[in-house]
Amino acid sequence: MTTTTLAVLVPLLPFLGSVAGLLLGRTAPGFVRPLAVLPTFAAAVLAALVAARQGGGKAIEAATELTPTGSVPIDLALYIDGFAALVAVLVGVVATCVQIYSTGYLREDPRYPSYAALVSLFTSAMLLVVYSGDLMVLLVGWEIMGICSYFLVGHYWETPEARAASLKAFLVTKLGDVPFLIGLFALAVDAGTFRITGVLGAVASGGLDHPTLIALLLLAGVAGKSAQFPLHTWLPDAMAGPTPVSALIHAATMVAAGIYFTARLLPVFAESAAAMTVLAVMAAITMVGSALAALAQDDIKRVLAYSTIGQLGYMAGALAVGDRGAAVFHLVSHGAFKALLFLAAGTVIHAAGTNSLTAMSRMSGLAKRVPDAYWTMTVALLALAAIPPFAGFFSKEAVLVAAEHTALGDQTIQPAPAGAGWTVLVAGLLTALLTAAYALRLWLRAFRGRGAEAPDHGRQPIAMTTVLWVLAIPSLGFGLTVTYLDDWFDGHALTPTVTTAVLGTGLAGAGAVITYAVWRTLAARAPVAGPVPLPHVAHPDADAGLVEKEALDLPHPAEDPTDPGRAFLGPLHAPAADGFHLDAVYRAAFVRPVLAAASLVRFLDREVVDTYVSAAGNSAKGLGWLVRRAQTGNVQTYLSALLAGSVVLVIAAVALANAVAGA
Amino acid sequence: MHLAYPAVLAALLFCVGVYGVLARRNAILVLMSVELMLNAVNLNLVAFDVWLRDTLHAGQALTLFTIAVAAAEIGLGLAIVLMVHRNRGTADVDRLRDTAERPGSPDDGTDGGTDDAGAAATPTDETPHGEKAEATA
Amino acid sequence: MILAAQAAAEAPGFLSPSGVEIAFLLVGLVTLGAAVVTVTTRQLVHAALWLVVALGGLAVEYLLLTAEFIAWVQVLIYVGSVVVLLLFGLMLTKAPIGRSPDADSGNRPVALGVALAAAVALVWVVVDAFRTTWIDLDGAVQGSTEVTGATLFKHWVLPFEALSVLLLAALVGAIVLSRKKEQAR
Repeated sequence: MTTTTLAVLVPLLPFLGSVAGLLLGRTAPGFVRPLAVLPTFAAAVLAALVAARQGGGKAIEAATELTPTGSVPIDLALYIDGFAALVAVLVGVVATCVQIYSTGYLREDPRYPSYAALVSLFTSAMLLVVYSGDLMVLLVGWEIMGICSYFLVGHYWETPEARAASLKAFLVTKLGDVPFLIGLFALAVDAGTFRITGVLGAVASGGLDHPTLIALLLLAGVAGKSAQFPLHTWLPDAMAGPTPVSALIHAATMVAAGIYFTARLLPVFAESAAAMTVLAVMAAITMVGSALAALAQDDIKRVLAYSTIGQLGYMAGALAVGDRGAAVFHLVSHGAFKALLFLAAGTVIHAAGTNSLTAMSRMSGLAKRVPDAYWTMTVALLALAAIPPFAGFFSKEAVLVAAEHTALGDQTIQPAPAGAGWTVLVAGLLTALLTAAYALRLWLRAFRGRGAEAPDHGRQPIAMTTVLWVLAIPSLGFGLTVTYLDDWFDGHALTPTVTTAVLGTGLAGAGAVITYAVWRTLAARAPVAGPVPLPHVAHPDADAGLVEKEALDLPHPAEDPTDPGRAFLGPLHAPAADGFHLDAVYRAAFVRPVLAAASLVRFLDREVVDTYVSAAGNSAKGLGWLVRRAQTGNVQTYLSALLAGSVVLVIAAVALANAVAGA
Repeated sequence: MHLAYPAVLAALLFCVGVYGVLARRNAILVLMSVELMLNAVNLNLVAFDVWLRDTLHAGQALTLFTIAVAAAEIGLGLAIVLMVHRNRGTADVDRLRDTAERPGSPDDGTDGGTDDAGAAATPTDETPHGEKAEATA
Repeated sequence: MILAAQAAAEAPGFLSPSGVEIAFLLVGLVTLGAAVVTVTTRQLVHAALWLVVALGGLAVEYLLLTAEFIAWVQVLIYVGSVVVLLLFGLMLTKAPIGRSPDADSGNRPVALGVALAAAVALVWVVVDAFRTTWIDLDGAVQGSTEVTGATLFKHWVLPFEALSVLLLAALVGAIVLSRKKEQAR
């Protein structure tokens, strides 16, 4: 088979698997698991094959025009360069891992068939986005991904949190998607085509008339999809979905799409210095803010969600300094370790029977209950904190190096303002410190708790633990391939430099040391309390998915003096725990006016429009009442009226005739 | 002879008949008033026939027909009045008000008037209509 | 119109009435009076009797208009049978003998208004239209039994026969309607 055929099969297989899963889900439950796992697995293998054949060389292009579509043609086009090939491999691998993990995680879930089909569709849409060479086709995948994410986040729709999170994800991402759509059209009008190669060609020849406007409109969509400030608020709430979905959304699909899209069209953004600056500021605020918020969260998955936002900020920062190689490098390595973090967190929640870090810190021996999750999570957290030689170190260093080059005015691949470079560099270094702090806090509170023995629920399913180790490999070793990756990413060196490596690692180490010291101090000072009754799920021995769903409803233990994050943040803790009150701001800025407008409309409808309607009805009723009065049943009355009418008519006729004759 | 004399007499007789139809309570008196109206028309027919000297004498022939129809009408009308009287115990026109729209039971047609004691339900409901049709004929 | 115009030109005025006219007027006044009493009296049987006077007066008017056959038919059918039928009807409906206080319904003012308005309108129109029209009663007899019979059976045979069917139907209908329920059972 040609590489093109293989590439077409990559998004097509999960799509077919999804359709088959939806059709057969009820009639043949036995086929659901193979139909969920095998097409995704095949797509992952094919994606790897495509990547091997592409080999980081010249981009593979293929296009076919289905039908003429007016002034701006829309093609079914493939455009596979090194970025696309590698990201597709990441998507395929993570999706396969998630599917395998889900077979264990949602073993007894009655809605598993539709869930698996949606995950397959999600994967297929992301692969379409990755491989598509046409912006319109890309948009189709982009929107399908959105739909799948809303459904999957709302998988536990019985709980109010899941419903609210699903709605919020929809509203917030749509808020970005509308400008995104307008931006796409503006771009196509300026460039005269939806083909990415055509657009890039137009950019190269200076054919764009409104680069700033287009770039800012597109940035809104990217911010919504990739959860950048100020449209990031949906992502922490999306934790109400099942953990494998969180892993998929955070690692490989949804949020990666925005970064990937920007990387593809980076020359368009680079045309506008304003857009690059906006992107840099956005990335900086996102990085630092989300790292602070992650330090204050109690829900283990919300910590990971905020860390995702922060890592996406790194990628956006790399894009803002014009180095898309670093951005996609970080995207891939982050995808590996973040998927691992989430899947391990799912196991931990299952074992602990709660998603609260405070509750976990009051039980000891959790690490012994889930050794696989403990070790793999340790690896992934080290990668997250960018400790060498884990994957995160190399990719984060690539970002920092790019920022440093831009800040110091060295040569970069794309022109970018030096201010953007400084912003990203400073924010990135600060975030490195904070990231190490919250990673260590998470680890300490989850696995170094003191108190009652953690409950024993037996071994975790083999499907879940195997996947953790599979994902631990790239988290551990992907960074070491950095010297071979240059060819894939524009041929630009991604190796760390001494300055940034020392600075970044030093700051990360400092953050870790401070956190550890604070934790030790607080732990020593705090009295060792007796077994505190903890809120617990109703069915601790049940399916992992069920445990998580029930854990969503548990109240979080209120104050915990031994939390190092609280001491670390000081007065910032309360606002950080609440996501810096951004939801309240949105409530005041958008929700309240909309509600007020709705009540105004309601008033207009009830009191004004309905008055006319009921007046029409009442007048007809009144006329009917009058006519009914006339129905006396007395024949003589009827006859009187009849004859009187005749007389009046006769007199009128005669008078008229006389008048006419007289005239 | 002036045509105005019979014409005016016919008009006045007709109006007297109209008054009788509208004002009398007893159904038989209403029938009498109807006869008056018919005769007023007959007078007109004869007068105009004589004035026009119609070779076919359409006016007089029509008068004869009217008289015959009036005889048939009075026979049927009286039969109906008798039947109403037999069923309702009265021949008063203004007490036969079953078709009236009553606020209490707007759509309840089968329920006869509360003041009509011993009213048989369905067949008697038709009689006022028939009577009316005859009276206006 | 030409005929009417000629008649109008030759027509004598209202102030010098002929003998026939005087007779017609007097009989007409009696007829009208009898009719008014018929519709206003409170004694039901009297109403029927006054109706006889009115119908008889009309028969005389027919005679004065030279329609003698119609006049005899009028006397025969109306006075002879219709009024008798009406009297029977009054009897069978147990009409009260003597003055009945409720002979008129509550509709009386309306009826009066309608009747007066109709009278004014009709008289005005009729007088306005036929004020100068003159009926020539001399010449060939128009309403003798012979003439009427000839026209009736020469030109009006079909309606005449149809009328007999109608009368038959009315006869049957009257019998069916007035038959007692006990006999039906």
